[in-house]
Order: sequence, then structure tokens, then C-alpha cells
Amino acid sequence: MIQEFKKVWKPYTIGMLWLLGLLWPLLGIHPDGTLTFQKTITVWSYLLAGSFVCLMIYVLKGTDSLKFIADPISRVAGNIKTTSIALPTWIWLGAGLIVALIYPQFAGRYGTDVAISVLLYICLGLGLNVVVGLAGMLDLGYIAFYGVGAYTYAILNTTYGLGFWVCLPLSGFFACIAGCIVGYPTLRMRGDYLAIVTLGFGEIIRIILNNWMELTNGPNGILGVKPIGIFLPVFENGFTFEHFWMKKLQLFYYFALGLAIVAALCVHRLNFSRVGRAWESIREDETAAELMGVNTFIYKLLAYAMGAIFAGLAGAFFAARMRFVSPESFTFLESAMVLCMVVLGGMGSIPGIILGVAALIALPEIFREFESYRMLIFGATMVIMMLFRPAGLIPAKRVGTRSEEKEG
Amino acid sequence: MEYFIQQLINGITLGGMYALIALGYTMVYGVIQLINFAHGEFFAAGGYVGAIALGYFAGIGYMETHPIICLTASFAMAMAYCAYLAVGVEKIAYKPLRKESRLAALLSALGMSIFLSNGLMLTQGVYDAVYPSELFQGRFDFGMVTISYLQIMIVSLTAFLLVGLNLLVFKTKVGMAMRATAQDKTMSALVAIGSNRIISLTFAIGAGLACAAGIMYGLYYGSVRYDMGFVPGIKAFAAAVLGGIGNITGAMLGGLIIGMVEIFGAGYLSSEYKDVFAFIILIAVLYFKPNGIMGENIDDTRV
Repeated sequence: MIQEFKKVWKPYTIGMLWLLGLLWPLLGIHPDGTLTFQKTITVWSYLLAGSFVCLMIYVLKGTDSLKFIADPISRVAGNIKTTSIALPTWIWLGAGLIVALIYPQFAGRYGTDVAISVLLYICLGLGLNVVVGLAGMLDLGYIAFYGVGAYTYAILNTTYGLGFWVCLPLSGFFACIAGCIVGYPTLRMRGDYLAIVTLGFGEIIRIILNNWMELTNGPNGILGVKPIGIFLPVFENGFTFEHFWMKKLQLFYYFALGLAIVAALCVHRLNFSRVGRAWESIREDETAAELMGVNTFIYKLLAYAMGAIFAGLAGAFFAARMRFVSPESFTFLESAMVLCMVVLGGMGSIPGIILGVAALIALPEIFREFESYRMLIFGATMVIMMLFRPAGLIPAKRVGTRSEEKEG
Repeated sequence: MEYFIQQLINGITLGGMYALIALGYTMVYGVIQLINFAHGEFFAAGGYVGAIALGYFAGIGYMETHPIICLTASFAMAMAYCAYLAVGVEKIAYKPLRKESRLAALLSALGMSIFLSNGLMLTQGVYDAVYPSELFQGRFDFGMVTISYLQIMIVSLTAFLLVGLNLLVFKTKVGMAMRATAQDKTMSALVAIGSNRIISLTFAIGAGLACAAGIMYGLYYGSVRYDMGFVPGIKAFAAAVLGGIGNITGAMLGGLIIGMVEIFGAGYLSSEYKDVFAFIILIAVLYFKPNGIMGENIDDTRV
């Protein structure tokens, strides 16, 4: 253990001293001409203590000194794994579904509200997963399609009085059109350039939403969007259908659950289809995929449009739930947040994304008092995940076996 | 006509700042083929540290007596700070990922950018940090056209930094080592050029230039914000791409063009959509001429 510690203490000390030098000018120099050290040292010592604990765990894990803790955990994990393999998948899925169905009966209003957010972001994350995880294109303007979907419903509803069920496919359709418009010129590019261009397009769409006063009411947003209307059978006076506005939170929850399940099913089916294999080949090596006869441009455009459709559907639901849309909901930080969820959970893996969304939406709700540190932690999470576990918490399973795995 | 000349002067001022930021992108890209998303944050951090240093000097009362010395010292301190920040960021977030896929490095850079801008927000508050406005109050009037002392200062300092950088890169041994590393890391390692040191140096220089741009931005517009690095960062990236990424002269030219386009677009077309013009140029350049106006041929894995 001492040996292991000797290896890391030097970079660690340098790093912490670097941090001290970084913090002091920001915290210790005051405009009234005084220099203070107290606040810097306080903040720094918190960081020092926190990082030291992490470092110790890391070192001890490397030297097997944590066997007495790690062993039972890994045994339990192994047991769970064997049970999960022993039981067929549909039992797990069914159990998850039942829990999800009865959840709002036990959770309060607040819990249901958080759960709706989680489901909405699952839908968004799965859509982004098609673009980033399956086709391997980094899309940083993804939230713009969410915005297009939300605004489509809000505008059609407030100006033309169209109902939610008419607008839902239209939202998906318009988001898809927007995706094709953005995708057509950009998809000739690869990698980094694609990322920055999608970022640019996302900003353009946001700026348009912000400035087109006649259509979108600019930064004030659109108020008074109607919630979802449903027809329920009524058995008084015979059998008639009556129109209800979905105002109860539980109904929203069930709708969001349905949307998320549909999204998960679609992505799962796409992943294991011919299209999914084509996407995967583009992700792994675009030139080779093209040589093997995959029409890369069409498939990339398809991935882009697919992602946009999911975002558009989620956007329409978002507008119906909030009953208000404004450009502030569709900033770059939202894009980055969805991306962070996908990265944290594991690109290309559906259970991973569900876990990632749950972690990044539900945990900040629990630690309410650290609200302002949320984005800071998101950023740090992305860096740390890339450094230590680039495949995510639950890495995606590859389809079939590969030659290099067979040999090994 | 006066209006045109006035806009031209404003465009040169803004374009110079974009050029300074764009250089950081282009140099880093030239050396390690990474879009440094956190570069805009160096710009914002520079603006803040400049504000802090100027505020400190004003607080202890040196500002009235020796304004030039205080300003020079603030620039030097802030640039050193940003270089220090950038070197650390490179060591933490980019160096371990140099062998990994490009997506991983890009995501790490993105995470670092979010982290840094929120770190600035937490330490400095969400409100604008105000720059002392009594500096460079005067102006020249030529009929309808006015040039403020501040604009002269910004343009001349930008020119000084750009010339200095050109001399450094094209006339010194260090610059030669940088160019060699950008061309071929293995070969340059064989002739005893430590690529790690060169990469650190590149980050430091790029961040220092972005920081100078950040202070100029603060002086010019009067205040800085924690999230101000984002939009100028993308515009400067557009400038770097326009000039041909990896090409230093191209980045300078691209920055000037983007600044001009933004000012003229805001002046003659629509000021609400001024941010859009830079993005449209970026997309158009990448679509029609991905190598940029001065770029060399880049192999297709980069584009």
C-alpha cells in the first residue's frame, strides 16, 4: 500500500498545489485593495479532504487492501448477475414495468413530478443515443429539435387551436424536417467539425426562437398552451365519450411512461436491425462501411432524423406539461446535460441511459442544497467518465461475437 | 460612407479579439488535432482575472497615479494565470486521452468547459463583473467618425501580440519545435523535441492570447460574465476554420473577417441576428471549402 501510494503522491501534491494557485486569485484578491487567504484555504481544504478520500479509495482498490469490503460486494453483485441471467429477461422487464406503473400511487406529488422529468429525459437521451451512441456522430445541438417540437405544439395549439393528439405527430414531423435540414449540409463532415456545426445550428435555432417576435413571441415565450385532452368513456346516460383535460399529474406520468417505453422499444428494435448494424459500422469505421456498400450519407441522415423525431415528441409533451414554452428552456447547457446523461450511462446502451438519466435528474433533487453545484458536477462527471470509464456505467453489449474476442 | 468607415473600425477592433482567440484553437488543433472546447473559458477566465487585478490596483490607489503600469501588470498577471490554468487543464483532461478515440477527448473537453464556466460562476457570482470605465476615456473625432483611445489601444496591442506570435513561431527555435511537433510527433521526438513540453507550451500561449482578448473584451464592453466564453468561443472557432484550421496566419485573417461580418451584418442587416452570421459562415466554409481559405490539404479523417 505504501508502495502504491508513493507512485501517486507526487502528481497529487502538484495537482493540489496547482489548484491552490488557481483558486487564490479568484477568491483572495478584493477590489478594495485587500488580500485575504482565509476563504481560499477553507475552500481548498474541503477540496483537499474530498480528493484525498477518493485518492485513498483508488490506491486501496489498486492494492486489494479493500478486500474485506470489495469481496462481499462483488459476491453480491455476482449473485445478482447469475440470478438475472437465470431468470428470463421478460420477468425483469415485467417487474420493472409493474414498479413503474404503481409508482405514482406511493410517491407524492413531488415524487411524481420528478419521475415525469426522468421519463422525459429518458426519451430525449434515447433519441440522442441513436445519433451519438449508435451512429457515432457527436451532436451538440440536439436540444434544438426538442425546442422545435415544443414550439410546434405551442404555436399550433394557441393560434389554431389544434389538439395535442393532432400536434404530437406533427411535432415529430417538423422536428424530423428540421433534422434533415440541419443534417443535409452537415453530414458530409466527420467528428469534431460535425460537433461544432451542430452546436452552431442549435444556437441558430435558439436565436431564431428568441427573435422571431410574430411567431414565437420572442423571449417572453408562449403562455396558455393547453394540456393533453383525452376522451374517456362515461357510463352515465348510456355509453358516451366525454372530453377531459389531462390536469392530474398521474395521467401525465402514465403518458410520459408510455412515451419512454415506445422510445426504448423503437431504439432497441432499431439497434438490432439491419439499420442498426449499418449505424454501428459507420461508427466503427466510416470508410470501411462505405466500401462494404453501406450508403453512409443516407444512414447518417436517418440517424439524425430519428433522433430529432424522439426529441420532437418529447418536446410536444414538454410544452403540454409546462403549458408554457420559452427559448430559455433550449439552451446549449440542456444539450450538454442530455449528452452527459448518455455518456454517463453508456453510449448505445438502453439500460445505461435509463440509469444515467435517473442518476443525473434524481440525485440533484435529493441533494437540493447543492443545487448551484449541479452543472459543475456534470462537467466533472463527463471528464472523469472519459478518463476512467469511457464506455459508461453499463456499457453497451456488442451484437454477435467478434474475432478478437473469440481468440481471447 | 462615414457609417461604413465607423463600422469598419469597430469591425477591426472586434475582429482582432476574435483573431486572438482563434489562434489558440488553431494552434492546439495543429499540435494535437483536438478542438479545445474549454478555450472559450480561458477567454472568460482572463476577463475575470483582468477585472480582479484592475480592481485591486484601483483599490490600493495605484490606478490614478500609474494607469499604464497597472494595465500592463494586469495583462501580464491575467495572461500568466490563464497559461497556468491551461497547462493544468491539458495535463488533467487531455493528456491521458491522447491515445483514446477522438470522441472521448472531445467529450472530455466539453466537460471541462462546463466545469470551468461553472467554477467561475461559483467563485465570482452570477452577475457581471464591472470593469473600471475611467480608463481611456478620450477619443478622436474625424467628422462623423470617432475612434476612441480604447480602440486604438486594443488594435495596437492585438497587432503587437500577433506580430510577436509570428516571430515566435516562425523565427525562433521554440517555434520551429512547435511546427515540427505539429507536422509529425514521432519524427520530432526522434530529433529530441519533447512533445509534452511543446504541447504544454502551445496551450499556455493559446490561453494567454485568449486571456488578452478577454481583458480587451471587458474593457471594450465594460463588463464580463461567467458564461461569456461560449459564443465568442464558437465564433473564434469559426474564424479558425475559415482560415484553415492549423494555420496561424489563416486564423488571424479569419478572425478579422468574422469580426467584420458580424459588425457589418449587425449594422446593415439585423442586429438581433448578429450571432447567426458567424455560424452561417462556419457552415458554408465547412460545406464548400473545408480546408479554409488558407488551409493546406487535410486528410479526410480530420474533417
